Amino acid sequence: MLYFTKWKAALVLLVCALGVVYAAPNFLPKDVLPTESSLLPSKQVNLGLDLRGGSHMLLEVDTDSVVRERYDALADSIRSELRQAQIRNRPREATLQGAEVTVLKAEDAEKARELVRNIEPNTVMSGEGNNIIVSYNDVAMKELIDRALSQSVEVVRRRVDELGTTEPSIQRQGTNRIVVQVPGLDDPSRLRAILGRTAKMNFHLVNGQKTAADARSSGLPPGTMILPSADEGDKAAGIREYLIDRRIVVSGDNLVDSQPTFNEGRPVVSFRFDAAGGARFGDVTSKSAGRSLAIVLDGEVISAPRINEPILGGSGIITGQFSVQEANDLALLLRAGALPAPMQILEERSVGPGLGQDSVEAGEIAAVLGLVFVIAFMVISYGRFGIYADIALMMNLILVLAVMSVLQATLTLPGIAGIVLTVGMAVDANVLIFERIREERRNGRTIINAIDAGYRSAMSTILDANITTLIAALVLFSFGSGPIKGFAVTLAIGIITSMFSAIWLTRLLIAVWIKRRRPNELVL
Amino acid sequence: MKPLHLIPDDVNVPFLKFRKIFYIVSLVMVLASVGLFFTKGLNFGIDFRGGILVEIKTDGPANIGALRDNLGSLGLGDVSIQEFGEPDDVLIQLQRQDGDEKAQMTALAQVTEALGDSVTIRRSELVGPKVGDELKEAGIYSVVISLLLIMVYIWFRFEWQFAVASVIALLHDVLITIGFFVITGVQFDLATLAAILTVAGYSINDTVVVFDRIREYLRKFRKMELTDLLDLSINSTLSRTTMTSFTTLLALIALFAFGGEAIRGFTMALIFGIVVGTYSSICVASPLLVVLRLKRKIPEGEEGQEANA
Repeated sequence: MLYFTKWKAALVLLVCALGVVYAAPNFLPKDVLPTESSLLPSKQVNLGLDLRGGSHMLLEVDTDSVVRERYDALADSIRSELRQAQIRNRPREATLQGAEVTVLKAEDAEKARELVRNIEPNTVMSGEGNNIIVSYNDVAMKELIDRALSQSVEVVRRRVDELGTTEPSIQRQGTNRIVVQVPGLDDPSRLRAILGRTAKMNFHLVNGQKTAADARSSGLPPGTMILPSADEGDKAAGIREYLIDRRIVVSGDNLVDSQPTFNEGRPVVSFRFDAAGGARFGDVTSKSAGRSLAIVLDGEVISAPRINEPILGGSGIITGQFSVQEANDLALLLRAGALPAPMQILEERSVGPGLGQDSVEAGEIAAVLGLVFVIAFMVISYGRFGIYADIALMMNLILVLAVMSVLQATLTLPGIAGIVLTVGMAVDANVLIFERIREERRNGRTIINAIDAGYRSAMSTILDANITTLIAALVLFSFGSGPIKGFAVTLAIGIITSMFSAIWLTRLLIAVWIKRRRPNELVL
Repeated sequence: MKPLHLIPDDVNVPFLKFRKIFYIVSLVMVLASVGLFFTKGLNFGIDFRGGILVEIKTDGPANIGALRDNLGSLGLGDVSIQEFGEPDDVLIQLQRQDGDEKAQMTALAQVTEALGDSVTIRRSELVGPKVGDELKEAGIYSVVISLLLIMVYIWFRFEWQFAVASVIALLHDVLITIGFFVITGVQFDLATLAAILTVAGYSINDTVVVFDRIREYLRKFRKMELTDLLDLSINSTLSRTTMTSFTTLLALIALFAFGGEAIRGFTMALIFGIVVGTYSSICVASPLLVVLRLKRKIPEGEEGQEANA
């Protein structure tokens, strides 16, 4: 057992050497590292957001509103189909179950069903009597939600990119969630502000006949709606709501650019339409001079300027009571485009750069001290063998770093705790072996025999003990989130590498010692 | 220099003789923990309850009273404000706001606005009601699943009595560690849950080492009384058990003292759990094998082992 074949010894040394080479970049300053393309390893351990500072946000896309919107549109096309066939009908409130239309005359119902049956592929028709309900099947529904999600991810990416931070990560999670991670962000409230808004902007004409207050008392004229005003100037003038035409004059989808700028010393947002949008905008502003044009953002009127003259260039400015920051954000949101559906922030975890740095330092001190304690104690307890175990321990730490660098696993604060814990536990294998050797010596075995038996008998125990801890680590990894995953990763890696270093490396060291010195006494 | 032996080589403590005392001590601790858990309850952090947490750094020592007045006037329900490690470091926690996720966001905005520019926000966390419930669910699943997997593994490797005994010891450790959290009122969050699972892994690790030895001696000393054999096994592995616990504790104490405030609860759970885990693998798990009437069956084909063991 203590005899190492040449290739086996070489293998152990090779693993150690690789560990050193791959761990090395972590101890070098960033600017002397070889470039990614060179053959030399250049990857450092990935620090988690809790250590480098940054924001983690979990967003949920309101897919219900996508479905509802889609059924609204479907109901519209059903109604226009029925109108063409001169079947009188009335719409129903859009639900999540499908687009619902009621046919007014019972005798039309059969004919209407025939017309609507194949109005769109992947739809199912149901409903009784005069009610017709058309819903999408699972395939179409999944595709609808999938598309909304990937669009949302795209818009979120464009918005986050505008913040100009390095390496943001935007990932889809499950059916309707998005995880955004932005390292090195000083002010999470900015991120919150730009992620929390849908930024759907549309231009509507303000209704000329009635004011919102009149409409409230005497009923809404057809084709109009009341929207609240978000303009501070309006509020000062006593205007809280606007009565506006439902019809969208120009939609935000036609925007091609938007920039913050100044007008008469006040921050405003300029915008530019594409050709189609510009033409429509010019058309409406020529025809409706004297009326007001409401700029509606996410269901609120941000301003409603009077149209004084036709705006033909396809561009304009939005005035309002903006601060510089607000004008910047609005321009950013308009540039990045609207989300297909509203989003909510379900979870946020942000760490400032100062705290991250403090945590790294605290973790380093604790790790070094823990290491020193354990190293000293092993030497006191096991003498020469303790030193071997300590060499294995150091090697283990290097291997953990190397594996984490290669896998690009993320090191978090609990992850540092995991490393410190493996320092304590890594020596366990050696403790098991050495205690066993002591016992075997007491039972009167020769040195070589005792060492041999020690390694052999301790082996199954070491395996059992480590596998059970590994089970806990794996479960933690699959259920845990963020920082806890980091803990599970270092714990699992530490357990696996410790089995190599504590068993093979110490055995090699002991074998070399025995071969060179041929000791006839073992102080243990 | 003669190396230090923490445990003398000829140690021979009659653990099994005291097993009734251990059972009573353990039973009292477990029952007390469970009772306290249902009466006093755990001090759940925002991870599981949902809510808001903001850590701030003030210029000079923080005026907690002024902060309390300032934030209390926002009408956001219970606001807990406490010093966090240093006099100029303050941890502010708000309970989960009524309403949906938006309400949490608004509350966080109100808090940061009320704090103003005079303080530095070191950390802000917001857990909405939805995520809080999910994390709680995932937490319970992870504990149950790891316990089950560990039990299956032990069952696979040993007789069923070992599996049952080790899981009882494991539950014992987990419950008492939870009891420790109830008594001290230390906040129970995701990190502490991770610590408890680690304690589970560690405790089983300790138990398995003793069980391995018992299995070995069962083959070697066929005529020995079971209680004597268990005592012999515990004593032979006693040195290793204490050594490993001691080195792990050394590392953890360094982490507790210098690792920073953020992981103090986490390391506290680990330290306590390891002490309990060591106790249970010596005083609870192995004696339980007597209660479970471990059979001394000799598998076929293993007779030969006696000679070279």
